Amino acid sequence: MGFLMNCPECDAELEIPEDVISGEIISCPDCGMDYEVHIKENGELELKPAEIEGEDWGE
Amino acid sequence: MMTVGLVSDRIRWDEKALIHAASKAGLDLKIIDPKGIFINVSGDLKELKETFGEVVLERCVSYFRGLHIAAVLEKADIHVINPFEVSLICGNKIFTTLALSEAGIPVPKTHMAFTGNGVLKALDDMGFPAVMKPVVGSWGRLVALISDRESARAIVESREQIRNALLRIYYLQEYIERPPRDIRVLVVGEEAVAASYRYSPKDDWRTNVARGGVSKPCSLTDELRSLALRAAEAVGGGVLAVDCMESPSGLLVHEVNSTVEFRGLCSATGVDVPGRIIEYVKGMMKR
Repeated sequence: MGFLMNCPECDAELEIPEDVISGEIISCPDCGMDYEVHIKENGELELKPAEIEGEDWGE
Repeated sequence: MMTVGLVSDRIRWDEKALIHAASKAGLDLKIIDPKGIFINVSGDLKELKETFGEVVLERCVSYFRGLHIAAVLEKADIHVINPFEVSLICGNKIFTTLALSEAGIPVPKTHMAFTGNGVLKALDDMGFPAVMKPVVGSWGRLVALISDRESARAIVESREQIRNALLRIYYLQEYIERPPRDIRVLVVGEEAVAASYRYSPKDDWRTNVARGGVSKPCSLTDELRSLALRAAEAVGGGVLAVDCMESPSGLLVHEVNSTVEFRGLCSATGVDVPGRIIEYVKGMMKR
């Protein structure tokens, strides 16, 4: 079981997995916004809006 | 102990699975997000090994970003998976078709043109319906099924409105009468490790999982295995997903993917794809 944070955009609850990795993408189930999780040096988590899909993205 | 670098600009399910597999295999894995770094390209490149490791798994979601990183890392004597040449070929549909065709691998009939006029001539030669794809691009974006000259003109006109020089290269392919699915074979080094069907969703003809396509298990026949291995070899080899279509005259290869997304393949087949990739990385370290 992970823990909860609030979506900076719509305030919905976001479930952060326990084994979260810095750089991991978390999507808000309510508003659909994608966030990149940053783990700061003091261990605190920060949610940054993820990069927007580019034309050269993909496999 | 040797270090392996995972260069990734977006940690998706796939990257996380690779990170878990690496830790299970006891690998010292360094995760590098290229978004937050710079590289001194004119300096002593040998120092890059300290930051990136001896072997690098390049998993950038941005094709050009990954390609440029691979170019620099290889000059630093770092073994990059997949190599620059392989990524270059697989990221461009013309280069891929050329490589496959040269190796004698069956591909759909493909034309290249540079203007609306050229496109119409190509389509008159090829016949309708036909498929137009961007030379660089993934996930089925901007892939269009063209039923006649009028729709061809309309698509070219809308492409011309997008300010992107690469969209002026028109890649046209015959439409293959096939079941509503294609076959993806995952090749890791010298081995074809798994295969899945990708079914197109109800309201789309494209089979990309990013477009709602669904993966189902597919048995890896000798024919599929040998075709996929030949296709992988034709583009230079590595960790690759070979996409094939079942045409009335037999299997055709239409794409080879270099930054493989394997979530659908894992859940459809139960094969431990990240584990196999990490095994391959370990093998590279011994060389």
